[in-house]
Amino acid sequence: MTPPSASVASAVPTRRPAAAQAHVAIRDLVYSYGRTEVLHGIDMDFAAGEVTAIIGPSGCGKSTLIKAVNRIAEVTSEVTVQGSVTVGDFDVYGPDVDLVELRRRVGMVFQRPNPFPKSIFDNVVFGPRLHGMTDRARLSEIVERSLRQAALWDEVCDRLHTNALQLSGGQQQRLCIARALAVEPDVVLMDEPCSALDPIATTRIEELIHELKSQYTIAIVTHNMQQAARVSDSTAFLYLGKLVEVDRTERIFTAPGCKETEDYVTGRFG
Amino acid sequence: MAGAGHTDTRYEEELAELRCRVLEMGGLVERQIADAIRALVTPDVALADAVVAKDDAVNHLDVEIDELCFRLLALRQPAARDLRFITTALKITTDLERIGDRAVTIAERANELQREPQLKPYVDIPRMAEIASRMLRESLDAFVRYDAELALAVCRQDDAVDQLNGQIFRELVSFMLEDPKVITRAMRVLFVSKYLERIADHATNISEMVVFMVKGKSIRHVGELPTSV
Repeated sequence: MTPPSASVASAVPTRRPAAAQAHVAIRDLVYSYGRTEVLHGIDMDFAAGEVTAIIGPSGCGKSTLIKAVNRIAEVTSEVTVQGSVTVGDFDVYGPDVDLVELRRRVGMVFQRPNPFPKSIFDNVVFGPRLHGMTDRARLSEIVERSLRQAALWDEVCDRLHTNALQLSGGQQQRLCIARALAVEPDVVLMDEPCSALDPIATTRIEELIHELKSQYTIAIVTHNMQQAARVSDSTAFLYLGKLVEVDRTERIFTAPGCKETEDYVTGRFG
Repeated sequence: MAGAGHTDTRYEEELAELRCRVLEMGGLVERQIADAIRALVTPDVALADAVVAKDDAVNHLDVEIDELCFRLLALRQPAARDLRFITTALKITTDLERIGDRAVTIAERANELQREPQLKPYVDIPRMAEIASRMLRESLDAFVRYDAELALAVCRQDDAVDQLNGQIFRELVSFMLEDPKVITRAMRVLFVSKYLERIADHATNISEMVVFMVKGKSIRHVGELPTSV
């Protein structure tokens, strides 16, 4: 594997127009942890400006699939990868790839809200600061824009310097989304972003996903099929490391093409 | 139904119950048509009255099936095949209920007609009733067996019923032209013919919905029937 690059982007670029949203293309992706192959040749796309949901039973490789897009799995595991992933014209597994730049382009939100034990402000600007931004006024702008995009601004604007861990679970998760948006990514990956949240907080996040899709390419892994049905434009069903079917979401949940998909979405699996 | 059972067996049981209820309603309605026609041809006033009285049972099943469907939709959030099955059941019962109403109106016409001398022996009406009943029975068979080809075959029989209806119409019009005194009786027979034609239409609707349920694509309101699905 290529070691993480040390180069740091000089500044956070301004928001690109919607047309510049990146299309994610995954081609013949074979992914292994150690000697265990978990993805056996996946071909699929995350269309720009859309939400792509990935569903499938536990262990089918759906989290691995999205983690392969920003190469985050490599941080904790020994992996080998064949095939290719591109984000726009950026070759994710190309030689000399800048992993910091990759992860700026491809943000991620995890299952459990994981804010840093710092203030709300410092959480949001963590990425931009990492990329070398120090200008206080610019950082404040980024905080407001990101928190507004994450539909959290109104709730926290008068206490930006309190510890993020004092927020509720749903607020913490929206803060994590704001933190991901602060570096102006093209793609946002979400790995079961609502599984630790109550139904109201879940609805807020789902609304947010809907609002964000006009500006970002979003991929969401979820165990909650109703959630996939509600938030996504297209849905992919993964089983045992293979892509069984990907189609428009309404098709997957009303009249899927494959029997395996039908059995899964109707709860007949296993 | 084809495919493995649900992980949740109670859900599976509820779906099975829904299937049974729809069949029960279909059986009842089919019997209503047969009795109404027998009451007309025999004639049998008591049987006609029984058909009218039994409509309550049909209506009751209609409500019961609706409630079962709503409960399944609300509590199970069905998807794909189950969603198509439940929404189809919901729509089928509307057609079954209407067929039941048509059987009742046939029984009412039967009682009116038996008070006067018979216009002519009933030949085409029982034939129409037989085809319409068979269409209904086969549409429900197609529903429980997930048989889209059978459903399509039912749709193709509708033309035969329409033709018989046209034939009866022409025949009765000539009767009325010859002798205006028979107009009332001829009109009543014509109504029966029209009701049977409507029953066949309802059976066709049911079959079209079954094709959607099985294949996930609609063949309704597209003009020509597809040769296969």
